[in-house]
Amino acid sequence: MSTGHHTSLGLDSRKIAFWAFIGSECLLFGSLISTYLVYKGKSLVGPYPHDVLNIPFTSFSTFDLLMSSLWMVLALAAVQRNDMKWAKVWLLGTALGGLIFLGGQVWEFSHFVREGLTLHTNLFGATFFVLTGTHGLHVAVGVLWLLTLLVRALQGKLTSANAMTVEITGLYWHFVDVIWIVIFTLVYLIQ
Amino acid sequence: MSERTGWKSWLTTVDHKRIGLLYFWTAFGFFLVGGLEALLIRTQLARPENHLISAQTYNQLFTMHGTTMVFLALMPLSVALFNYIVPLQIGARDVAFPRLNAFSYWVFLLGGLFMNLSWFVGPLFHAGTLSVAPNGGWFGYANLTERQYSPGPNIDFWLLGLQILGVASLAGGFNFIVTILNLRAPGMKMMRLPVFSWMTLVTSFLIITAFPVITVALAFLMFDRFFGTHFYLTSAGGDPVLWQHLFWIFGHPEVYILILPAMGVVSEVLPTFSRKPLFGYTVVVYSGVLIGFLGWGVWSHHMFSVGLGPIADSVFSATTMLIAVPTGVKIFNWIGTLWGGQIRFTTAMLFSLGFIAMFIIGGLSGVSHASPPADLQQTDTYYVVAHIHYVLFGGTVLGLFSGMYYWWPKMTGRKLSEPLGQVHFWLTLVGMNLAFFPMHLIGLLGMPRRIYTYPAELGVGNLNLVSTVGAFLIAVALLVFIFNLWRTRTRGEIAGNDPWGGATLEWSIPSPPPVHNFDAIPTVHGRMPLWSEPEKMKQHGPVGHMHVPPGSIWPFVAACGLPLLASSLLTHRLWLVFVGGAVLLVGIYRWAFEPFEV
Amino acid sequence: MSADSAHSDSSPHVAPAGHAHPGAAVYLRIAVILFMLTVLEVGIFYVPAFHPILVPALLILSAIKFTLVVLFYMHLKMDSKIFTMIFGGPLLLATAVMIGLCFLFGVLVIR
Repeated sequence: MSTGHHTSLGLDSRKIAFWAFIGSECLLFGSLISTYLVYKGKSLVGPYPHDVLNIPFTSFSTFDLLMSSLWMVLALAAVQRNDMKWAKVWLLGTALGGLIFLGGQVWEFSHFVREGLTLHTNLFGATFFVLTGTHGLHVAVGVLWLLTLLVRALQGKLTSANAMTVEITGLYWHFVDVIWIVIFTLVYLIQ
Repeated sequence: MSERTGWKSWLTTVDHKRIGLLYFWTAFGFFLVGGLEALLIRTQLARPENHLISAQTYNQLFTMHGTTMVFLALMPLSVALFNYIVPLQIGARDVAFPRLNAFSYWVFLLGGLFMNLSWFVGPLFHAGTLSVAPNGGWFGYANLTERQYSPGPNIDFWLLGLQILGVASLAGGFNFIVTILNLRAPGMKMMRLPVFSWMTLVTSFLIITAFPVITVALAFLMFDRFFGTHFYLTSAGGDPVLWQHLFWIFGHPEVYILILPAMGVVSEVLPTFSRKPLFGYTVVVYSGVLIGFLGWGVWSHHMFSVGLGPIADSVFSATTMLIAVPTGVKIFNWIGTLWGGQIRFTTAMLFSLGFIAMFIIGGLSGVSHASPPADLQQTDTYYVVAHIHYVLFGGTVLGLFSGMYYWWPKMTGRKLSEPLGQVHFWLTLVGMNLAFFPMHLIGLLGMPRRIYTYPAELGVGNLNLVSTVGAFLIAVALLVFIFNLWRTRTRGEIAGNDPWGGATLEWSIPSPPPVHNFDAIPTVHGRMPLWSEPEKMKQHGPVGHMHVPPGSIWPFVAACGLPLLASSLLTHRLWLVFVGGAVLLVGIYRWAFEPFEV
Repeated sequence: MSADSAHSDSSPHVAPAGHAHPGAAVYLRIAVILFMLTVLEVGIFYVPAFHPILVPALLILSAIKFTLVVLFYMHLKMDSKIFTMIFGGPLLLATAVMIGLCFLFGVLVIR
């Protein structure tokens, strides 16, 4: 992993740090999701979830994000075998998948606002927008991160020597996907 | 070779020793600020129906005293020791992520300044000076902290300041976890790790799991205050008790974050000055880990008067009593360490012994809180104030002083004066008991917390006066300490590598250590390498050029983005979001892409 | 990034012994399973016959998806157990706190 730098566990320090970060994020999203669950059904006025949640549309977003995890994993595999051509393709694909997801969120949010659901309408609005908004922010950061890697790759500065960096990017991206799996179930499907 | 002198070298330092010193001086400064706030509080309470300080100012004083002491003094003082000592104890050249370490410090400094700026900037918010500092208590209960009841910027300074500080703590937490897990010297298995480093590891895990929860709690408050949500407002079906849950889910692990480092110090100091290994090392380590875990299951014992119901009360009562067990176990092991040892009553040792005695007292009042019916009488009275100050002052502060006296020679090359240290210790011990013991009685006699004055009929005037005298005695003791620090700069006894006859790796290198710490990273075969194989631990001079990472300005730049972002909300200026965001992003990108080799 | 020369290998990445990287085929297969599980989830949502078991079924299905992504896409199954512990601990903690809050707020009750 590193030239001449002894490590006690024989593991890359950045990878350890990142898994610790993901553990920490479990508490962040856990608190947000807990609040959503605790306030579910307690809104005094509508719109209520069944009034505005669009399952077909959100299912498409979910598929999109799941597929983007596939593109990410393929991107990592490409970088690991130093196939930078396909690495760029899959990285772009992942970023596009993220952008499509974000586009969907923007459309969904503005649709909800038009239907009368805002942050301050009721508890559903507050908890829904803060939870999914935080997740969306994480996706946006991820897209920025992916595009940065893509630019580095286009500049010829990304090679298999940077596989660990791409692996960690992947960990972030998959985690963001996994949080969406939880949100999709607890917010959209279990109403 | 990086330039090692001048203010620029400090601004760009990524050396854990320098960062440790920066943390120390900044935290100590904030400790004095918090102490001043305490003295003002105690002066106001010295006699009944005093009107030296108005109720409005008083609310700011006790809020800032608590917030400053917890977040700006005690935690960073512990971090100062983590920074300086842990890499030395584990045989590493630095922490795992030196620039992240620097970033943590700058964010801490800026966050502390941001929050304390509130004392002075009242006029910018169309109020007087000394009127917009946070005033909702260090625990900020909703719905007092909501815009309706706290219309001014006070609570905004509080919640935004804490969010900034949270970033610093989290970054440090990740850094120390990786450092301790991955950068240990060859042969240093986990069960050979010095207990201080073990406690640093447990504390770091507590930090990275607890802080996200308060981040969410504060974010909800921010949304309520700025964007019209109703997370804690009943008018829309929300529940103020949600704040209490989220705050204490963070808050209880937080008190273990505050005490475990000091316990780590005691576990180092006692063996050294008893010339005996720590009794029951394995048990002490496991107890620390267990305290970390169990600390997550007790949070609602802060909420026994809220009406959670008998089942919840019983569950949390049981878990709270349970957590006394591993704590007690540690105390017995410390006593076991002293038993039959060759005791040297150095100042460091006195403070550690003082820790044990005072923490037992604090623990006893804590156990009495564990019973909900008893707690219903105690909660929100001065009885609780007694408890927290026995564990936090008698525990954490005494423990940290012990660490300071112990490791001062390692950090500066000079021992602090022992005679002055003894004066400091005894004045502190007498002072703190005068200040805090009467509070047990004051509380049970019916004086609530957080009131700016009290009627004479309550009959607690004399006890309050005694308490105030004690507080000022603590202040005098601190002056002695500060004089000691000052005098030691030029007149302190020069310390060699190992002035105390310590057992662990930090004592094998010069005082202060060279920038690269160890000439050759030693291989260890036990817990006490300097006692079991002293010859093998000798350093023989650097071999060739010792690479030391260059400094970097980007951690500082990135850190500056955070208070700018916070200010955008505080001042309702959208453009500050873009400026702050840009500064943060530029800092991060330059940091990510600059050439840097550990 | 590319600047961290202290952490980079100079040669193309070779999987360390015992850590065989799943090939694209495995990843594709996982993707198909994830796809089908999601179809199942949406199906359970829409088909009224399944509503009595909606909650446990959806929880189990999403848990399986979660596990598949973490174990295979995030490589946790093939990597050192240290990562599992570092992630698993906080995950368990978050789940326990979530369940605790649900009980405290009456979302979950023991009859």
